[in-house]
Amino acid sequence: MTKPAATSRKKYQLRLFIAGATQRSMNAIQNVRHLCEEQFSGHYQLEIIDIYQQPARACAEQIIVTPTLVKQAPLPVRRFIGDLSDTARVLGGMRHESH
Amino acid sequence: MAIQKRQGLSTLVSLSKSPMGISGLDKITGGGLPMGRPTLVCGGPGCGKTMLALEFLVRGAEQYDEPGVFMAFEESELELQQNAASLGFDLAELVARNRLNIDYVHIERSEIEETGEYDLEALFVRLGYAIEAVKAKRVVLDTVEVLFAGLPNQGILRAELQRLFRWLKDRGMTSIVTAERGNGSLTRHGLEEYVSDCVILLDHRVADQISTRRLRIVKYRGSVHGTNEYPFLIDNNGVSVVPITSLELQHAVSTERVSTGLPRLDEMLGGQGYYRGSSVLITGTAGTGKTSLAAHFVDAACRRGERCLYFAFEESPQQIARNMRSIGLNLEPKFKKGLLHIEAARPTAFGLETHLAMMHKLVNSFKPQIVVVDPITNLIAVGEKLEVDSMLVRLIDFLKSELITTLFLHLISSHEQMNLAQAGISSLADTWISLRAWESDAEVVNDLRVLKSRGLPHSNRIRVYTFTERGLSLSASDLTGAAPSAAQPDPAQTPNGKKRAGVGKHQRTL
Repeated sequence: MTKPAATSRKKYQLRLFIAGATQRSMNAIQNVRHLCEEQFSGHYQLEIIDIYQQPARACAEQIIVTPTLVKQAPLPVRRFIGDLSDTARVLGGMRHESH
Repeated sequence: MAIQKRQGLSTLVSLSKSPMGISGLDKITGGGLPMGRPTLVCGGPGCGKTMLALEFLVRGAEQYDEPGVFMAFEESELELQQNAASLGFDLAELVARNRLNIDYVHIERSEIEETGEYDLEALFVRLGYAIEAVKAKRVVLDTVEVLFAGLPNQGILRAELQRLFRWLKDRGMTSIVTAERGNGSLTRHGLEEYVSDCVILLDHRVADQISTRRLRIVKYRGSVHGTNEYPFLIDNNGVSVVPITSLELQHAVSTERVSTGLPRLDEMLGGQGYYRGSSVLITGTAGTGKTSLAAHFVDAACRRGERCLYFAFEESPQQIARNMRSIGLNLEPKFKKGLLHIEAARPTAFGLETHLAMMHKLVNSFKPQIVVVDPITNLIAVGEKLEVDSMLVRLIDFLKSELITTLFLHLISSHEQMNLAQAGISSLADTWISLRAWESDAEVVNDLRVLKSRGLPHSNRIRVYTFTERGLSLSASDLTGAAPSAAQPDPAQTPNGKKRAGVGKHQRTL
């Protein structure tokens, strides 16, 4: 998925927390992949965590809602809750203060 | 869920209950919280919700083999540990033994962006994970309302919370859900709509700069429960509720008698002293020897090996001990043997209810046969009449139900001597002894009489007494009539041979 960073731009570190293979989870995965490829192609890292498989990570990363996309880097940390269908909002939040 | 029988608070019901292990509260709920169901505990800030919930888990883990999960939305694990330590609970140790699981749920609203549909499944997963880890039977959510501030979509939240409470029920978790009290409603976000099996309301009121905590069971579906407001305490032993009510007048009575410590006074009460478990009122003006009379009783009880609890609202324990030594009563060995405990407190330090709760708690832990309240006057000064009456009734009811003989000392001014019936105190006392001091020529003469004594063929005589180095000394012969008069001192009553000069010359031969 990840490609070596070709530009000097900061690398996006993203974690998507989902709960099982529901339609909502699938939508979220699809939305985030699409958005990342389109916007940050080559300089992002996306990890998908199913909290049914790894419940301890939901605790460790303070997840209460699914789906949640956590942008770990660049700072500040942002949490996008929902299926990420509101692309404009996600993008706005991603770009916000990220340079 | 039908109530099978009405038998006061200990009614048998078909609903199974999970004991909280909190003294008093299990009594008013008739055995504890509804097993396998959520209970709502609501109240304003600082009313003790978290403490109550914590104790529910700690007691469950320690006494009932029911491990618990504490899902904290407001305080971190460390903060909870510190708070619990003040109640004497070691949470870290319980966590280490896998009897308790604390999950701190932190929501940073400023980080959150809403981008579509979501649910609280992650919260369910975390809760399920925590429950699984310790095989929990009890769950606390404190305070789930924080979610309302953290998540933008209230519609989703409400639906999900409803699902959460059902989820807890389906898993058979006996749970406590805490909530802030709202304006004009039980909870700020209307959680009572979802958690409706049992609702407990906590209150922390301040009147005249004195604070009192109170608790009330607002609702308990399918169960009889005490409906009054009950005072409760939070101290270094956790929460305790005073479940005393005057619902019944059915305490067991004893025909056993206990000596007053003064053979002559025993005689006046039909020969053997007070009934065990009765309440005795001793009134008198300042300096008439109320405390001395009580000390004789305590002294005699301790000699019989009985335990005495002495509530001192005027003097320190040391002062009482010193003063009693001056009339030949040595209380020190009784302290050392652990038979006597003097609990000194300023009446104005707490509200009446808190005093009551503390007295109740001490009585429960010390398990005395004798209780002395010296004097009750100061307590009466703290509260309003109605409040005082109800507190006294509850205190006396409680002590009687435990078959504890109680001495209430009451300081009166000379002109209110016979006016006590109005204060409602006299009707609560089974035995009423009045001490008087009056002037005769150049000296003060003390006399004692038994104004009433339920169920005892008591003397209607007035007896003169003096203070000697070996205690109070009652004269043998009686006096009648209201006119101040004195009797011949009895040499037998002054074993040290000290002549009580002056008393004799006022004698009036009968």
